[in-house]
Amino acid sequence: MAMNYSVKDEVDGGPPCAPGGTAKTRRPDNTAFKQQRLPAWQPILTAGTVLPTFFIIGLIFIPIGIGIFVTSNNIREIEIDYTGTEPSSPCNKCLSPAVTPCICTINFTLEESFEGNVFMYYGLSNFYQNHRRYVKSRDDSQLNGDSNALLNPSKECEPYRRNEDKPIAPCGAIANSMFNDTLELFLVGNDTYLTPIPLKKKGIAWWTDKNVKFRNPPGGENLEERFKGTTKPVNWLKPVYMLDSDLDNNGFINEDFIVWMRTAALPTFRKLYRLIERNSDLHPTLPAGRYYLNITYNYPVHSFDGRKRMILSTISWMGGKNPFLGIAYIAVGSISFLLGVVLLVINHKYRNSSNTADITI
Amino acid sequence: MEFIECCIDGHKYKGVTQEVGLSQTDGPLTYCDKADKNREELFLRALCLCHTVEIKTNDAVDGATESAELTYISSSPDEIALVKGAKKYGFTFLGNRNGQMRLENQRKEIEEYELLHTLNFDAIRRRMSVIVKTQGGNILLFCKGADSAVFPRVQNHEVELTKAHVERNAMDGYRTLCVAFKEIVPDDYERINRQLIEAKMALQDREEKMEKVFDDIETNMNLIGATAVEDKLQDQAAETIEALHAAGLKVWVLTGDKMETAKSTCYACRLFQTSTELLELTTKTIEESERKEDRLHELLIEYRKKLLREFPKSTRSLKKAWTEHQEFGLIVDGSTLSLILNSSQDSSSNNYKSIFLQICMKCTAVLCCRMAPLQKAQIVRMVKNLKGSPITLSIGDGANDVSMILESHVGIGIKGKEGRQAARNSDYSVPKFKHLKKLLLAHGHLYYVRIAHLVQYFFYKNFCFILPQFLFQFFCGFSQQPLYDAAYLTMYNICFTSLPILAYSLLEQHINIDTLTSDPRLYMKISGNAMLQLGPFLYWTFLAAFEGTVFFFGTYFLFQTTSLEENGKVYGNWTFGTIVFTVLVFTVTLKLALDTRFWTWINHFVIWGSLAFYVFFSFFWGGIIWPFLKQQRMYFIFAQMLSSVSMWLAIILLIFISLFPEILRIVLKNVRRRSARRNLSCRRASDSLSARPSVRPLLLRTFSDESNML
Repeated sequence: MAMNYSVKDEVDGGPPCAPGGTAKTRRPDNTAFKQQRLPAWQPILTAGTVLPTFFIIGLIFIPIGIGIFVTSNNIREIEIDYTGTEPSSPCNKCLSPAVTPCICTINFTLEESFEGNVFMYYGLSNFYQNHRRYVKSRDDSQLNGDSNALLNPSKECEPYRRNEDKPIAPCGAIANSMFNDTLELFLVGNDTYLTPIPLKKKGIAWWTDKNVKFRNPPGGENLEERFKGTTKPVNWLKPVYMLDSDLDNNGFINEDFIVWMRTAALPTFRKLYRLIERNSDLHPTLPAGRYYLNITYNYPVHSFDGRKRMILSTISWMGGKNPFLGIAYIAVGSISFLLGVVLLVINHKYRNSSNTADITI
Repeated sequence: MEFIECCIDGHKYKGVTQEVGLSQTDGPLTYCDKADKNREELFLRALCLCHTVEIKTNDAVDGATESAELTYISSSPDEIALVKGAKKYGFTFLGNRNGQMRLENQRKEIEEYELLHTLNFDAIRRRMSVIVKTQGGNILLFCKGADSAVFPRVQNHEVELTKAHVERNAMDGYRTLCVAFKEIVPDDYERINRQLIEAKMALQDREEKMEKVFDDIETNMNLIGATAVEDKLQDQAAETIEALHAAGLKVWVLTGDKMETAKSTCYACRLFQTSTELLELTTKTIEESERKEDRLHELLIEYRKKLLREFPKSTRSLKKAWTEHQEFGLIVDGSTLSLILNSSQDSSSNNYKSIFLQICMKCTAVLCCRMAPLQKAQIVRMVKNLKGSPITLSIGDGANDVSMILESHVGIGIKGKEGRQAARNSDYSVPKFKHLKKLLLAHGHLYYVRIAHLVQYFFYKNFCFILPQFLFQFFCGFSQQPLYDAAYLTMYNICFTSLPILAYSLLEQHINIDTLTSDPRLYMKISGNAMLQLGPFLYWTFLAAFEGTVFFFGTYFLFQTTSLEENGKVYGNWTFGTIVFTVLVFTVTLKLALDTRFWTWINHFVIWGSLAFYVFFSFFWGGIIWPFLKQQRMYFIFAQMLSSVSMWLAIILLIFISLFPEILRIVLKNVRRRSARRNLSCRRASDSLSARPSVRPLLLRTFSDESNML
């Protein structure tokens, strides 16, 4: 019998619908998955389980919000616009391109002293660093020190790729439009004696940018040698190897340059310019008083109705002054809490009135 | 199918039970009073010969050709029941051999008949015949068919008694067939034979010619008797129909059976309740008179009036109306239906049809009997084209249901004794009618919810994906600058948000399958494509728009500050996009998690896995200077972002704000359900007091009770 069967199977095995052979069944397997019998956790969302979350959210969010809000309010921040479009502004004279170099001085007063590390930012308005053609106009290989890319920059850099038959280093529109005003800060002491505030240039860029993403091209000690065969961006006053005297802050790894190359998200933005480090616990970093802001005005913004600002700010654990986050937390927490109360009342009412009916079910 | 009783020359034969032992040689039949012995034998021979049953011989067992067990095969289970019935009375059909039909009579003798011609059954003639030659050389014609097809073709005086029998059997819900015979003299046979062969060979209009010849042959017959076969309702047929009713479906029964049989079947399967008022549009109510159409017109108008009185306003929510008002059932038969649909006056035919449809719409249940297969399809088409284009589902088990199964939106075939044609032509096939309940109420409901949710979710997740991108254009000089990195853009739909919704739409059971089957009213929740209407779509769109706005402007306001890090460093546009994207992926996935009511390990795996994969991928993507990329936009963006405390707080806040409407909706729905349950329980309490019979006692009633009530 067994022999017979096996022979038959072999003969009939060919066509799948052969009646004698092992008929191919399309019946789904009897597995938990295919039969929709998988064991499952079935959460039942009742008022009893959801309502406490409202209260918990409220109780967590409101303190966080208050904490953020208070922290944010304790941050000192001062913003000084030095665009110079108003005739009264000392920088008004610098609007005309004829005056070079143009140096203007703005004086301002700090009502309260700034304690801890103070951060100096420059801010630009109406500057679309997030424009598509602007954002892509760079060559990251060149900036990473690739010698091929140095002499033959990516096409993305057009029209700031070559100048006078020489490759531009760093190429592209972003680099070309780099912010090049110089800001200096002086504390006006007694008898108009000016104390310069030390501004630290290093430590303003992301660590990974400074150490990994941006690298100078390989070669000898002399940076100028390494950039041989390239030319400076059209709008620049100095070539890239002359950005700073410090070798560790020169060329592509100049931190001002790196900061500028991180394109801003919105047309009004701030970028970190300098650090003013706290030098002793006894004295505030920037005591209250009168200050001079000395500006070497190079960067033209009036052609596109832009504004230039200088910002001094202290920083907390949560960053700069930002009332939004604190207010949002408080608002959401309160709404959540209030809704919890309202729903609790409604729920309670329903339970009371439906008590008798519930029993009959 | 089971042979119940028969009637020979007006004498009733009943009481044959399952036991085969009754076929004794001398006292073969238990009967009230006896017909002529010859007539009995003739009747039984007719049953044994007039059919297309074949015998399945078991070749495997060699030697024993006369196997004790005979397996009959036929396209019609009725015929098998009849042959088996004859066997109980002592006449056993032994099969065909060399064109000879062999049967064993009560005296255990083998009789052989030469099968000369088979005049096949068809739905229009409603009868079939065979012409056989006995061993003695006589040529006999046996014919069996529906009473309406046979009675006009036999000598009149024989009819009355049998007719009474047939009607009573039909009232009891049995399928009835009449058997007649005729002796053909050899000369006549010569002519008939020639005609038949000629018709069969005809190249043109063969069908019509054959029909004409058949018509000529099957005349002047002698009625021998009638049979009653019980076509048992399938297991739980009544419960299934009741559940469908409760689910808000309108059940129409389309059958080829005669009106009385169908009606009692409908009572048995509780399509009609005892309280249902029946409106009849049949050949009986419209007498066979000259003024047929006028009478039809009168009836239609009358019924409509009656219904309009009951339902004063044309209430849109028919489901509601059913539960509160008097129930109406409509019975219509094939000939009346064709009268309605193909009325001679063109102007009024439309009118008839629309009145008829109005009546149909108001009735709880409609029974259409004596339907030809094509008429079934016609009805389905008519219903499909009604105002509001309802979704139709056809379920049937026979070859004659194929046309309507094909015509309707959803066709379901039952793999039954009547072959596989219905199952083969259907969208879904089930082994038993009762499975329709689970198929529709549980699987239908679940699959609808899944597919509807899938569709809405896809629109939703893509809308709130691309809305921030759109809003960003207002802040980047309309320069088409992408907000998200290219990798995020391409992987969002493929990798980050695809598997959770896939698992959801495969596994979700927002209500238990058992609950769904036991409470058919839950089906009404999704009736009328409820989850894909404008309202739900607007809700999803609103949610997506809200979330997209929250993502973008939340991040926007966050970026109004100098720095978000404690070391004062600033973020760029790619960090902006990554924040939005992170909030987006988490929100969209958690929204699905909130919707999931059935958490298998697969759901857990894909939902938390997708989120984990997103985080892992972001670290990975930003962790390396990719040699093949022109721009290293994402380098360390994600890691740098997560190093900021404010960023964490902001992301959590934005996710929570985005999900807030959804959480609120769940809570409100919960409260509403609670109040709905309260209303329901109140109504239940009043129901039990009201006179309307509740569901339970009906389920306990048996078939015989129902038929007695008639």
